[in-house]
Amino acid sequence: MTAADVLTRLVRPQPTRRLRRAAAARARVELRAVTRNRTSLVFTLLFPVLLLVVFGSIFRGRVAGTSTDFKQVFMAGIIAAGIMSVAFQGLAISVATDRDSGLLRRLGRTPMPRSAYFIGKIVRVGLTALVEVAVLLAVSAALFGLPLPGSPARWLTLVWVTLLGTAACALLAIAYSAVIPNARTATAIVTPPFMVLQFISGVFFPFNELPRWMQTVAALFPLKWMAQGLRSVFLPDSFTAVEPARSWEHGHIALVLALWCAAGLAGAVLSFRWSER
Amino acid sequence: MTEPPIVVTELTKRYENTQVLAGIDLVADRGEVFALLGPNGAGKTTTVEILAGIRHRSGGEVRVLGDDPERNSPGWRARIGIVSQSTGIFDDLTVREVVSHFAAFYPEPLPSGHVIEMVGLAAQRDTRASALSGGQRRRLDLAVGIIGNPELVLLDEPTTGLDPEARRDAWDLIGYLAEHGTTIVLTTHYLDEAQALADRVSVVVAGRVIETGPVPELRARLDTQPTISFGCPDGLRGRSLPPLPPGSTATHTSAGWTLRTASPTVVAGALAAWARDAGLDELPDFEVRQPSLEEVYLDLVGRAQRSRA
Repeated sequence: MTAADVLTRLVRPQPTRRLRRAAAARARVELRAVTRNRTSLVFTLLFPVLLLVVFGSIFRGRVAGTSTDFKQVFMAGIIAAGIMSVAFQGLAISVATDRDSGLLRRLGRTPMPRSAYFIGKIVRVGLTALVEVAVLLAVSAALFGLPLPGSPARWLTLVWVTLLGTAACALLAIAYSAVIPNARTATAIVTPPFMVLQFISGVFFPFNELPRWMQTVAALFPLKWMAQGLRSVFLPDSFTAVEPARSWEHGHIALVLALWCAAGLAGAVLSFRWSER
Repeated sequence: MTEPPIVVTELTKRYENTQVLAGIDLVADRGEVFALLGPNGAGKTTTVEILAGIRHRSGGEVRVLGDDPERNSPGWRARIGIVSQSTGIFDDLTVREVVSHFAAFYPEPLPSGHVIEMVGLAAQRDTRASALSGGQRRRLDLAVGIIGNPELVLLDEPTTGLDPEARRDAWDLIGYLAEHGTTIVLTTHYLDEAQALADRVSVVVAGRVIETGPVPELRARLDTQPTISFGCPDGLRGRSLPPLPPGSTATHTSAGWTLRTASPTVVAGALAAWARDAGLDELPDFEVRQPSLEEVYLDLVGRAQRSRA
């Protein structure tokens, strides 16, 4: 690099600095939206906690063929559902709102680097997912005696299942938001498929007790695999006796979630528009 | 280097079977306030959106700040401020947060506090955008449009929905920007707005520019004559008017006389002498009136529509 090159780089604002400034501004606004918008706070963050407290107090007894309390199975499942709530439901609604309010169009007319918008969403989803998992874990441990992961390997599983599950759900959310016509109907279009997935993916019922065809359908979607991965974090290995493959299937979990990331990314890239022409 | 900020030649836009723009030609000079004036549906907004790089064109040449808007590069976007009719809503943020948020996207933004003051929202700087009135939101739109310290500002009906006082404030702001060398293109269907703000006006009707020029020049070109009118008291009834300069016309109704003339002062003098001869010092309801821009404009639109029919 010549002295002149150094000088131009010093004088001209560098693209990375521009991006950093814009991304920081977007992230700040996203986090303010999370904390200031009560509907989103209650609906996506607190609702899973409420379900945890209600069903955690109702469910009794062991899962047939195991010595494991169903309550523990449910708690692993509701953490998976909590991740999907913030990453899929929360993000899909927020992108649809940004589009409907004209914010996307408005941002598209500024020199903001396009990636800054997505970095803002990543920060929003990443932090809310982290808070969601921490709160559900703390409530489960404090109120219902869920044992925390017993080994570093299990903590590691918690981390990668959470990361991969969040990424898959978030990318899917951006793609899915394209079918939401406006902010008013967003909740109505996002919630039903999410509710159905919770019932057929082994969150509220033991997965092995569901009808075979239902298991097959659920296995096509990410939530079943996220719940299974989290069972492997919290339940004893003996529980694999009633898992479909008689094992935790970590390889399969990673593969299916990675495929959903790829599909979600492709869908997002193809459907995302800064403005309607 | 001296290319004007906006050069548009033969711009056309069609959707399916509708020709929205049928060949628009425009040139806006640096530092000029340029108004697109026309009735609703004339194609003003479409033109501005094409200039802003928001909409594709069907044909013609468009150069904005030396570049084709279709390329729409971030560096180019940084030099242009856009205030469109539809507004993005930031319900969860305060005025100050919205403005400084957008400032973060520009290399050399204006100070946020200064811009908030200029648009007259200083008292609302800590109010959430969701709590603003319609007019205040429009001012917030203006603030967001100019925060990047743009060389060129495109304003699509900037004062629609504002109360008269806010409208004046917006005019002052546009005047302030123009004084500082910003090129401004605005659309409006308010004639007084075009007259008050614009150095030059293009009248757009049905996707075509039918006249371009400074407002006084448009008026002169149209040869619209001032009118003189007065009531007819008993003392003058039955008397014929004094001789009028050539080209003047007079009409008589039961209410009185209306004269159209290119030399109103000469006619007024003749009328005064004529009234004195009849023993009158004053003519009742005597009035000399210049045609308003509204009349000039309606005349233009009417001619354009007649010639199309």
